[in-house]
Amino acid sequence: MHATLKRLLGLMSCCFFVAVASAQTLSIDIVNGSPSARPIAVVPMAYEGGGLPLDTDISAVISADLNRSGQFKALARDDIIEYPVRQSEVKFPTWRMLKQDHLVIGRVLDAGAGTVRIEFELHDVATQARLLGLAVGGRRSDLRGAAHQIADFIYEKITGVRGAFWTRMAYVTSTGLGKNTQYALMVADSDGYSPQVVVRSQEPLMSPAWSPDSKKLAYVSFERGSSTIYMQELTTGSRQILASFRGINGAPAFSPDGSKLALTLSQTGNPEIYLMDLANRQTTRLTKHFAIDTEPVWMPDGQTLVFTSDRAGKPQLYQVPVAGGEASRITFQGEYNARATIAGDGNKIAMAQGAGNVYRIAVLDRSRGGAEWTQLSPGSLDESPSFAPNGSMVLYAAREGKRGVLYAVSVDGRVRQRLVLADGDVREPAWSPFRQR
Amino acid sequence: MNTPMRVILIALLAVSMGACSKKVKEVSPPAVVATPTETVAPVVIDDGRYDASDLDSDACLRQRVVYFDFDKAEVKAEAQAVLACHGKYLKDLPGARMTLEGHADERGSREYNLGLGERRGNAVSGALQANGGTAAQITVNSYGEERPTCSESSEDCWAKNRRVEIVYTKAQ
Repeated sequence: MHATLKRLLGLMSCCFFVAVASAQTLSIDIVNGSPSARPIAVVPMAYEGGGLPLDTDISAVISADLNRSGQFKALARDDIIEYPVRQSEVKFPTWRMLKQDHLVIGRVLDAGAGTVRIEFELHDVATQARLLGLAVGGRRSDLRGAAHQIADFIYEKITGVRGAFWTRMAYVTSTGLGKNTQYALMVADSDGYSPQVVVRSQEPLMSPAWSPDSKKLAYVSFERGSSTIYMQELTTGSRQILASFRGINGAPAFSPDGSKLALTLSQTGNPEIYLMDLANRQTTRLTKHFAIDTEPVWMPDGQTLVFTSDRAGKPQLYQVPVAGGEASRITFQGEYNARATIAGDGNKIAMAQGAGNVYRIAVLDRSRGGAEWTQLSPGSLDESPSFAPNGSMVLYAAREGKRGVLYAVSVDGRVRQRLVLADGDVREPAWSPFRQR
Repeated sequence: MNTPMRVILIALLAVSMGACSKKVKEVSPPAVVATPTETVAPVVIDDGRYDASDLDSDACLRQRVVYFDFDKAEVKAEAQAVLACHGKYLKDLPGARMTLEGHADERGSREYNLGLGERRGNAVSGALQANGGTAAQITVNSYGEERPTCSESSEDCWAKNRRVEIVYTKAQ
């Protein structure tokens, strides 16, 4: 079939997707905590505008974000005994008595046309210094988004690392079994709130991958009968077919500059890694081996791909220069290593690591020249790790009973939270890149 | 050789040829068709070839699922007889078309399992071609672990999910 016609058909199958729809919310349980978490009090913010009361508890969203990172322990709401709104109202001895390192206060003002202005301050309790005094604007309908941005400012000021709370995650859900299964590709805030359906289908959906500007998702859909790679604009819902060759069309991954897509095609008879130039859709083959080569991911410099191959008998991770050349193996511990995700600095690679019937998320750290391993999850069927864009946390999928659930774990493995959808099987979380303000 | 004798011999030949794959259809014994007329009615002689109606009635052809060991794509000995029937069917009905849907269990990564499902489909395709089918008749379509028939995390369930399903898209 002609390529443009194919694309047109892809666009026409509008019944399969809806741009915006609400669905069940994920809830979060803290599995364990970190003793080194920094105590911080986030005082409820006063609404000083003249409109209806706000429908979002901004300070509660900020506290939950900071807790989830494992780096902070937010003071429980019941333990907050004073409610300063401005610096002049802060009595530091109170917060010292409550053993808090930091204090966040703020107020919300009307900014016209359905928007608000949130002024907040971050104070160091010991030195009584004001570390931050900023204002964040936002729509009344997206106060959670504004709260996540404030949490990012606080996180970065105290830890020195850019916050990744104001980000999103894509994931796949399925309900039912056999021919009655319903699949959906979802996008939610990084804390699991505000889930929206990107695509719904009666055929499998797989492997969501974010464009570097967070505006598009590439994914695999079987709606045409066999695996096909689509690219979809999140705001408009418009989409196009990127790859529908004979055999497997899988494992899409955008290059860091967004100009190329790494993907898996089996048009020559077995899965190989290819590069697609997104400007002209030309594909270049990168691997040539009778083994299964798949799951390419980009190193941050865009010069190297890491991928899964069973050329040595069992799946292991390999790297290959984007310019072409020989692939070299990079994992030598664990009998089964697959589905890599790479942290922003390129030194940490997380993967699904299997031994017997137990699959855990493991991190390989090459920053000190060697190969240091950390296990992030207990198993037994953990898969699909995805790094936060700041490398501080990893999302992954686990099995509990007959269904899949998502977990978020700090990169040191010490703090883990479960994100549970009300029903159905949840898998393949993909953490978005940073969003542009 | 007179006609009745030839009919009987052909029938015997068909029985011996079909022994590994297909039994002669239950039609009247050859002796009954041995009429004194010169014309033999070929429709009532089973020549050992499949026809489209056998897809639903033949015990061997009705078996459409082939199972595999974990992380393996080798066709097991127990599946060879079934694949011989289907290969012969493809040979006997050159217009027949089938899709081999490859599947994996939930262990391991999803995209790798997509590759594994295809590898299993290719192995079945190879066995069918060794038994008379042609590549043009067979399409392999891997679903990886995305279409399980069973959703428990147990060996019994995994074994059911590691499979290739033979789906005829055109009977003749």
